[in-house]
Amino acid sequence: MSGTQVKEKKSVTLGSIWRDKHSRGVILQIIAVIGILLFLGNIVSNTVENLDRLGVKVGFDFLSEPSNYDINQTLIEYSSSDSHFRAGLVGLLNTLLVAVCGIVVATILGFTAGVLRLSNNFVLSRLMQVYVEITRNVPVLLQILLWHGILIHSMPVPKKAEALIEGVILTNRGIYLPQPIPQEGFGWVWIALLVGIVFAVFFKRYANRIQTETGKLIPAIWIGFVAVIGLPLVTYLLMGSPIEVSYPELKGFNYKGGFVIKPEFMALWFALSIYTGAFIAEIVRAGIQSVSHGQTEAAHALGIKPNFTMRLVVIPQALRVIIPPLISQYLNLTKNSSLAIAIGYMDLVATIGGISLNQTGRALESMGIVLGVYLFISIAISAAMNVYNKRVSLVSR
Amino acid sequence: MKKLLPIAVSLAALTAMNVSASTLEDVQARGVLKCGVSTGLAGFATPNDAGQWEGLDVDLCRAVAAAVLGDSEKVEYVPLTSKVRFEVLKSGEIDVLSRVTTWTFTRDASLGLNFAGVNYYDGQGFMVPAALGVSSAKDLDGASICIQTGTTTELNLAEYFKLNGMSYEPVPVETSAEGRQNYIAGRCDVYTTDASALAAQRSVFEDPTAHVVLPEIISKEPLGPVVRHGDDQWLDIVKWSHNAMLNAEELNITSKNLDERGANANDPSAQGLLGTNEAKLGAMLGLDKKWAYNIIKQVGNYSESFERNVGKETALKLERGLNALWTNGGIQYAPPLK
Ligand SMILES: N[C@@H](CCC(=O)N[C@@H](CS)C(=O)NCC(=O)O)C(=O)O
Repeated sequence: MSGTQVKEKKSVTLGSIWRDKHSRGVILQIIAVIGILLFLGNIVSNTVENLDRLGVKVGFDFLSEPSNYDINQTLIEYSSSDSHFRAGLVGLLNTLLVAVCGIVVATILGFTAGVLRLSNNFVLSRLMQVYVEITRNVPVLLQILLWHGILIHSMPVPKKAEALIEGVILTNRGIYLPQPIPQEGFGWVWIALLVGIVFAVFFKRYANRIQTETGKLIPAIWIGFVAVIGLPLVTYLLMGSPIEVSYPELKGFNYKGGFVIKPEFMALWFALSIYTGAFIAEIVRAGIQSVSHGQTEAAHALGIKPNFTMRLVVIPQALRVIIPPLISQYLNLTKNSSLAIAIGYMDLVATIGGISLNQTGRALESMGIVLGVYLFISIAISAAMNVYNKRVSLVSR
Repeated sequence: MKKLLPIAVSLAALTAMNVSASTLEDVQARGVLKCGVSTGLAGFATPNDAGQWEGLDVDLCRAVAAAVLGDSEKVEYVPLTSKVRFEVLKSGEIDVLSRVTTWTFTRDASLGLNFAGVNYYDGQGFMVPAALGVSSAKDLDGASICIQTGTTTELNLAEYFKLNGMSYEPVPVETSAEGRQNYIAGRCDVYTTDASALAAQRSVFEDPTAHVVLPEIISKEPLGPVVRHGDDQWLDIVKWSHNAMLNAEELNITSKNLDERGANANDPSAQGLLGTNEAKLGAMLGLDKKWAYNIIKQVGNYSESFERNVGKETALKLERGLNALWTNGGIQYAPPLK
């Protein structure tokens, strides 16, 4: 009896509820949630009220209206009579193009610089250190502007430009290259390439099995390589070289024909790759250093060659450490690509989040689309990399 | 992200702020007019060597400040790119936008904004280096063309080239300074924008004579001040601040002779405008008697403002042309002060 009384007394007072760690936590969380909901509600109602007072409509119907503007780099067919939606798609593809190219080059640069920084060659490792320190500490926007400035000021205008080798012309409006145009019969070359790849994959698996069963080493990588390159090449020659090359020619103001890489794309691509490459270099260095030296020594003691030690012992373990921060660098690069607008590269932000927004006045909707797409890309990249990360960590147990 | 900031901030403001219903009260309580102008366009809005803003668009801001606050210097200038200008106005961060802005159907009908008049009748033209030897816009097939994004310019350009079956490479820029850089570096062959802005841009080049403006004018660009929907009194104030300058020119009232003209009891129109008789024009706008007097005294009439900023004696060397008064063969025509 007396025990329950004491209990009752305790739970009745407000103070005791407050002093209880658990219930206090619940109360605070409820208050926080109510606060956030009130805040959001206030924002929404204010926005609706303000837009209403101005007499502005909200909706996504503008996406199907003709955009009425032109875009200078289009990976898909596009003209000013296409819709704002399609203009946004062109912008999205331009964003993805620079992000993918940037990620590839940044990764190559970063891994090279990261490994070289640990090299015993004093000059090389210092050089890499200088690269990392300088590029990491200069804001990427400045680097983009700098590259763009260099490209448009130092290169000649098309009329004054001379071909480096036939069909390759460097101008301040871009690098013009000969463009191979596949003719009839080229489809077989693609098929041959596919066959080559499939063969290479299966052959590598077969080689692995032989190795685990018998210990025999087959140079599967090299044989696969020969298959992937050789098969299409032979097919190509057998089909009678079904490619015609379009060479850029100066016609009027600009070169026509061929293939052009615009300075806006190059500036953004170089700046993002070099900047992000420096961060990746540090990540790679840290990853390699995290593998204890004992591992290398043990491998040596077993008589494994240094080259194999790196590939089979150090790198697989380092990857576990490298991949998570690498993912966030990929995400950073993709998001930084929105700085494109500073030099007039027509990415997602410049098209739907820029010109379409301005010409239609649909700011909330356009920004909503841009934010949604970036969110989606980011989540997709981290999901893909997380899957890869799981595989790597499983292998090393 | 830096370039997105203004839009993000305005969006945030749009969501958070309660734009007050009376802009006049806000401005008077604040004691300063917030006016959106170009980031830098000679003759229209640019800071001079002393750091003071000047230009035709700036004079419109000054006129409104003179009418509302009695002092044309009480203006806070907010430089805006063509892209962010409407969002910034909508969000209530500025009271009036005076930034070479073309009055178009879409802007008037869908943005929740009102145009308060036309302070410069313009049209879109093309500028090329003289060395190119081009003499007509019809010869521009295949050219690279610098354009400012978020403008009527890019829409007109797309239409003109499509209509004439020509192709071009658009080189988009955000500000007039960026446009100049690209053009001078030869990133583009052609610079296109409002003809007045071409004159402005050319006037700041090292050698203005090395560039020619082609004869074609491909669009109508009536440029004027813009305000938000929902405040008719404020719309009237901005509209009549501009009209006061036009009417003053028509009545030959200048910043020099206004005291004399206001004293002449046989001149009711001049006296009404200057607030020296019993007419109460100012009160009808919610302003004091001296509203137009202050504009003309401190800023001048339209002709004075035009000649000082963009006229023949300036680096821009623009003719009055369409912007002459209707009585002189132009189309500047202010409703009467009755
Ligand atoms: N009148 C056109 C174009 C206005 C415009 O932005 N013109 C450029 C011409 S260069 C300008 O004034 N730029 C000044 C700046 O960048 O602040 C419109 O309203 O869309």
